[in-house]
Amino acid sequence: MTSQPVRFYQVGSFAVGNRLLDDDARTVQSDSNRTNSIDSGHRACQGCGEALGARYALDAAMRASQGQLVAVNATGCLEVFSTPYPETSWRIPWLHSLFGNAPAVATGVAAAMRVKGRTDVRVVAQAGDGGTVDIGFGCLSGMFERNDDVLFICYDNEGYMNTGVQRSAATPPAARTATTDVVGPEPGNVFGQGKNLPRIAMAHDIPYVATATVADLHDLEQKVERAMEIRGARYLHVLVPCPLGWGSASNDTIHVARLAKETGLFPVFEAENGVVTAVSKIRHLAPVEDYLSIQRRYAHLFGKHPRTDIVARIQAIADQNIARYGLLGDESEDETKWVEA
Amino acid sequence: METPFAITLDVGSSRANHTGSWRVERPVYVDRLPPCNNACPAGENIQGWLYEAETGDYESAWRNLVEDNPFPAVMGRICFHPCETACNRGQLDEAVGINAVERFMGDLAIERGWSLPAAGPDTGKRILVVGAGPAGLSATYHLRRLGHQVRLVDSAKRLGGMMRYGIPAYRLPRDVLDAEIARIVDMGVEVELDHNVQDIELERREGGFDAVFLAVGAQLGRRVNIPAGDSSRVIDAVSFLNRVASDDPPMLGRRVVVYGGGDTALDAARTARRLGATDAVIVYRRNREHMPAHGEELEQALGEGVTMRWLSTVDRLDGDKLVLETMRLNESGFPEPTGEFEELGADSLVLALGQDTDLSLLSQASGVVVDDGVVEVLPTMMTGESGVFAGGDAVPADRTATVAIGHGKRAARGINAYVLGGASADGERNELATFDRLNTWYYSDAPRTRRPELERARRISTFDEVVGGLNEENALFEARRCLSCGNCFECDNCFGVCPDNAVIKLGPSMRYEFDYDFCKGCGICVKECPCGAIEMVPEII
Ligand SMILES: Cc1ncc(C[n+]2csc(CCOP(=O)(O)OP(=O)(O)O)c2C)c(N)n1
Ligand code: SF4
Ligand SMILES: [Mg+2]
Repeated sequence: MTSQPVRFYQVGSFAVGNRLLDDDARTVQSDSNRTNSIDSGHRACQGCGEALGARYALDAAMRASQGQLVAVNATGCLEVFSTPYPETSWRIPWLHSLFGNAPAVATGVAAAMRVKGRTDVRVVAQAGDGGTVDIGFGCLSGMFERNDDVLFICYDNEGYMNTGVQRSAATPPAARTATTDVVGPEPGNVFGQGKNLPRIAMAHDIPYVATATVADLHDLEQKVERAMEIRGARYLHVLVPCPLGWGSASNDTIHVARLAKETGLFPVFEAENGVVTAVSKIRHLAPVEDYLSIQRRYAHLFGKHPRTDIVARIQAIADQNIARYGLLGDESEDETKWVEA
Repeated sequence: METPFAITLDVGSSRANHTGSWRVERPVYVDRLPPCNNACPAGENIQGWLYEAETGDYESAWRNLVEDNPFPAVMGRICFHPCETACNRGQLDEAVGINAVERFMGDLAIERGWSLPAAGPDTGKRILVVGAGPAGLSATYHLRRLGHQVRLVDSAKRLGGMMRYGIPAYRLPRDVLDAEIARIVDMGVEVELDHNVQDIELERREGGFDAVFLAVGAQLGRRVNIPAGDSSRVIDAVSFLNRVASDDPPMLGRRVVVYGGGDTALDAARTARRLGATDAVIVYRRNREHMPAHGEELEQALGEGVTMRWLSTVDRLDGDKLVLETMRLNESGFPEPTGEFEELGADSLVLALGQDTDLSLLSQASGVVVDDGVVEVLPTMMTGESGVFAGGDAVPADRTATVAIGHGKRAARGINAYVLGGASADGERNELATFDRLNTWYYSDAPRTRRPELERARRISTFDEVVGGLNEENALFEARRCLSCGNCFECDNCFGVCPDNAVIKLGPSMRYEFDYDFCKGCGICVKECPCGAIEMVPEII
């Protein structure tokens, strides 16, 4: 009826879809014909962020590759809960070898496809944070350095969750794990150690590096799509809360991920050829307490003997991220938030 | 079975594993009562018609609206919109401009000539409706839809009651009122005007009516005893507004004082300004905080040069001087005299101190119970006299047109049940969709659209409508600001956020379904539903 398109203000691009949006403004996940790369019946815990993140990423990759996709999986929860012999949840070609070699296996698959002339087939490798930043790191760095045509996705739940919540080099300071007990003057994981893999990946000057969370689906899908437009080594680091390991409520998975971003603790950005090209601004800045206090792995920072000193050190990390990536600022600069309908 | 080397089993799907058995709580879809709907005195399904308006299908939205209220264009102007006061969006940024959208649709319906739903198949029952104001007309409309014959009588020369004779034209242009009334009359109504009912029992018996609806309003302006040398300078606001509406405005002079603090006081003062009063002063015994009039109306009056004398009562009228006594509020907000007096020049005094109902048409023997000047009614709107129903300003309730319209609908249902036998079905109310049930993260920030207002010069010299309407584009924008509280609006969030793919999308306007074979009961869908339309309930084991 109107000639002017009317801006759609009800949910903008925050929700998964909407009856009033054009199909191409909706997410892959809103499509009832989405791949469901990982099927129902998998044995992930209630509210598993990793199962969700994997479906989000792979369904988007499936759309981008027109269904011509092979996924290589490292050992870890995602592999274990999806494939208890003889069942599988995977509805895409999927390969598992070892805990530490997924990048190398993916390189091999990509090479094989090239030799067969199947340049239409795209390769994704995926691993948990342990498989990425620790045991798989050597292979991954080599894959980056050779610029192999693989999209590597790390589902970061900040610990070795599959084997019972041990510390990894992606476990944040002060967090309790089975191997970082809450004893001594600095309970939980130490400060000042660990690896920031997105930045390490950027240091390889590979074509594309991005971070995302399960709390912003539009953003995550756009990043997968962008990554799939590029050939060569690409790295996507997705924060996936783990209700069991973090001690968060199963219904809080998305909420916790959102707070990780809104506090500045988990900067969400995109980089091409080693340079940051876009950041997701914080929409409603929240103090780190909001994020920490709903996870039992930080319970020792609150309660009867609150460790405000440690909370302050964590806040300082958030503040540093905010400054480093420029996470504050006018949201309207972020053009993805408005959708015309 | 052919299997590869070292493989003994075929590949099976994890769908064999029914993870739904892990669940101790299950999500269920619910419809909750939006606060706007809950607050609407006319019982409109506001969220429902906004939902339809959001697609640009205004006709469907309008049809949804007139299910409950046949006066969208009138309501969109004179309703004090308690819906907006209750609107959850008010806690986010600003309430949805429900009233503005209602008016837009009402005007569109008039422009495009949409007609009300047809009268129902004839039941052979005859109903007498006394009083053709909002309550009487609303009852007539709903009774006709139910198939009853209606005879509508009024003592005035035209239909509309207080909508015509009380509300000034700058708030409700008469062509709008006429159009919406005509639509009701077109449903086939026997109308008799200029008819004063003397004895309701007699009229009912002689006309052979199965039931009566009394909607006589409150037409008598309350007078208090104010010593005045010249009583011709004192008029009550109801008579004043009535005479203006009947093209017979009284001469009030240049300095008009209005005594009272309700909406009628503002109507009187603003009307006096338009009739040429240079000073229109409202004298009110309490302060702004305690004023019963609506804030928007006050702002508009002040914008037109009406002035206020707070904390004052009128002691006496002495020639062309009004003696005012200054008041002081005690702790409970009640005004107390101070013994201090001051004078105010006045050519006339308009009393806006409330209205009473003329119930002389009730015969002595009637079972109708009158208490404190108003008629007692049951929830069905039936009075103590079998088959005699009452509503609007004549019964104890807020005296607004919207409340009266709600009474009309309720009474029509009550009458229907009475004349046909059976109970008046009052639908069960869903649990309220309170703000804390929403996940407001998902709604984008969107400031409210303001309706244009007529410039001041034309406001004080004419009776042109003060508040303008929305256009098609900003009406759509405004409708889309609705959060759809407690009612699924198909945003696909539940479908997207389930880690177990246990939500089935059924397609446009069919919403979703849970696949309880696989739902583990994590509750993410409940937490991430923007509008609070999913609830966790314990599994019965
Ligand atoms: C070489 C080797 N060492 C140890 C293990 C045991 N193991 C299996 S999964 C896992 C932890 C995986 O952690 P992460 O990669 O972070 O994935 P998550 O389970 O947290 O998703 C470990 C230690 C193994 N399978 N192989
Ligand atoms: S946001 Fe919409 S549904 Fe909610 S109270 Fe306001 S108008 Fe009603
Ligand atoms: Mg891990």
